[in-house]
Amino acid sequence: MADKKGPETWKEMNPGCMVFRPGSSREYHTGSWRAQKPVWQNEKCIKCGICYIFCPEGCIKEDEEGYFVADLNYCKGCGICAHECWPGAIKMVEED
Amino acid sequence: MSKRIGMEVAIAAAEAAALCRFDVAAVYPITPQSHVAEHLSDIVADGRIDAEFITVESEHSALSSAIGAAGTGARVVTATSSQGLMYMHEVLPIASAMRLPIVMIIANRAVSGPLNIWNDHTDIMHERDTGWISLFAQNGQEVVDMTIQAFKIGEHRDVMLPVNVNMDGFQLTHMVEPILMPEQEEVDKFLPAYKPYAMVHPDTPVSMGTLAMPEFYAEALKAKDMAMAASRKIIAQVWKDWEKQFGRKYEPIEAHRAEDAEVLMLTMGSMGETAEIAINELRKHGVKAGLLKLKLWRPFPFEELKKLTKNAKVLVVTDRAVSFGGPGGPVCGEVKAALYDEPNRPKIVNYLIGLGGRDLTISDFVDMMKRAAEATKKMPAEAYEYYGVRE
Amino acid sequence: MKALVENFDIFAPRLVDKEEYFCAGHRACQGCGEALAIRQMCKALGKDTVIANATGCMEVISTLYPTTAWKLPWIHVAFPNAAAVGSGVEAGLTALRRKGKIADRYVKTVAIGGDGGTADIGLQALSGAMERGHDMLYVCFDNEAYMNTGIQRSSATPFGASTTTAPAGKASFGNKTWKKNLPEIMVGHNLAYVATACHSYPLDFIEKVKKARKIKGPTYIHCFSVCPTGWRAKSEECIKLGRLAVETGVFPLYEVEKGKYRMTIDPPEKLRPVEDYLKPQGRFRHLTPDQIKIIQDRVILEYKKLQNKIKCSKSWDELAK
Repeated sequence: MADKKGPETWKEMNPGCMVFRPGSSREYHTGSWRAQKPVWQNEKCIKCGICYIFCPEGCIKEDEEGYFVADLNYCKGCGICAHECWPGAIKMVEED
Repeated sequence: MSKRIGMEVAIAAAEAAALCRFDVAAVYPITPQSHVAEHLSDIVADGRIDAEFITVESEHSALSSAIGAAGTGARVVTATSSQGLMYMHEVLPIASAMRLPIVMIIANRAVSGPLNIWNDHTDIMHERDTGWISLFAQNGQEVVDMTIQAFKIGEHRDVMLPVNVNMDGFQLTHMVEPILMPEQEEVDKFLPAYKPYAMVHPDTPVSMGTLAMPEFYAEALKAKDMAMAASRKIIAQVWKDWEKQFGRKYEPIEAHRAEDAEVLMLTMGSMGETAEIAINELRKHGVKAGLLKLKLWRPFPFEELKKLTKNAKVLVVTDRAVSFGGPGGPVCGEVKAALYDEPNRPKIVNYLIGLGGRDLTISDFVDMMKRAAEATKKMPAEAYEYYGVRE
Repeated sequence: MKALVENFDIFAPRLVDKEEYFCAGHRACQGCGEALAIRQMCKALGKDTVIANATGCMEVISTLYPTTAWKLPWIHVAFPNAAAVGSGVEAGLTALRRKGKIADRYVKTVAIGGDGGTADIGLQALSGAMERGHDMLYVCFDNEAYMNTGIQRSSATPFGASTTTAPAGKASFGNKTWKKNLPEIMVGHNLAYVATACHSYPLDFIEKVKKARKIKGPTYIHCFSVCPTGWRAKSEECIKLGRLAVETGVFPLYEVEKGKYRMTIDPPEKLRPVEDYLKPQGRFRHLTPDQIKIIQDRVILEYKKLQNKIKCSKSWDELAK
């Protein structure tokens, strides 16, 4: 039942177009959609996790020190984290 | 050993499904149904088999929940008829695309309007291209046998397609017929426990029913079509197994006195039995008549049909449905397509018969056979005829 | 700033399940409230769950063959039948578990759909499934129009919103009907648990999903899901809009447990004017002060009706005494 990335021949297609690789959407990087990216200023961060709980992509993760960081492979730049961060620790900045 | 019993055919169909030890049945009782739904629920309510019966609120939900249950890896049966099948329509091609071997028992009936609840084949003809294997029974015994065979055919790994078993509404569903009902041990021997290809369960996480963009859609359809093509071999094998174990022979087209026949008739469903008597009558009078009974509607048995018709001069195709503005009845359209490339093909006459429960007698079939030769002279001016319709 | 953290233990997000069951790489629009709500719901549900998904945004953005955003087992069949498919999944799991064909452990069936797939075309299947008493949670992600197909109005579209099939124009102020009260219809099905929720109040939502998950029977959650694209709002204001819907009384968060109504997020003592909620959204931009007044009056009336239910309703357990 091993899946391939495709494009596949009809013989290689999984019956019923079933997908047996949970979470494989991660192969597609939505980061290229982004016009702005979030930047954290850890000195203002209180490590509350608001940014994490409100990220529609689930791409904000906690680092070893308990600060948060967005995986820019997936961040679409919606700006929710910056808008919701009440200590103002996240800024949206233009992509280069 | 199978026991010979007298039983209403719809009830016998439910009994046959129970012999297959289904896990889930989801059936809507009306629009209009046969006794399959209520007898399936009786069987579950009496604890005769360990299964869930879902009293769905519509036919659409009947097949939808059948798909949900089949997705978990359950062996699933449903049943419907006429408007119910039409209401279900949206979900039929999805069931086959998801490659879930659901078995559906269909009491074939006319489609509204005008409102008519009696038998013809209009309902299933609308579902011809939905990717289901379609079996047609001519009597109660075949309904029972085909219901059991359907699970084995559909569940085969080379197939994994849903199967519908068609029986004529009223003319079969409401008739009490003598039936050899197989014993549980016999069916257990014939039909192994279902081993699903995939199951929606946390232990085997799968996404079923995904979206295919244009670069995958055509490949997905071809894969399904090739599964349908592959089913020819599996159907033949299952029927061979059946004959070996139960002694009753099944073929895609059952031929009766067809070998040397000059005039052949083709029927589908219960009218084959009446037509058979008519053919015997004609033979008594020296007419070289023969009969072909079509048992497998999808996949259509093109090769078998070519072989069986190669010596005939005239082929009378009976249709119990109309394709408005089309080439005649849907069966006839298929037959013509099958024979187009044959160097020695018979002239084809198409009669639309038995619509909305209109009865036909033996003499009607004799009449059709007699008139067929005459009709071929006129063709193709009149491609098909509504037999017995008042002008 | 105060409103932002009201009713919200600010460090609580750190306590939720860290596993992502609805993964990145999905194709939802920037700032999609519905995708966020799904992500939160999955955290509350955990691994032993099967999802039956109606056709809609969440289905097409999550499972482009040959990939899937789902880590939970997932099945999609069509638009109107998520509740029926869920019924079949539940029956299948029940039968197979009883017959020893799958692991002997409880797995929850959860059916999900948008407002169109729930309040319109899927209402019959939903009513049937709930009435039959399947052990299933149904969650409606309500973004108040058919967003997947281009912002057409549904019976959940609010009064005055401009949609592509109820557009505002010289002779029209947009949608002329009031939003269908689906949670109330579900209460009418005698469900042991019905709740409203919103992704802007994640802990409240997660609590409700957990509560519903524990109930062996049919339950319903109506999750208000902001759609910045369809509402013509800024993507970063997604959470804020959900909060404003609650604070203006447009979408109160409550639960109905065995017939007993209870507010789970207390709105401010004096509701904020609906204008605060309507203004940031392009779909309401055309409304005149008179039309806003009509909405304001109706929101207050609905809010009072709800308060009355909260005041008067008793739980079935209490009534049975």
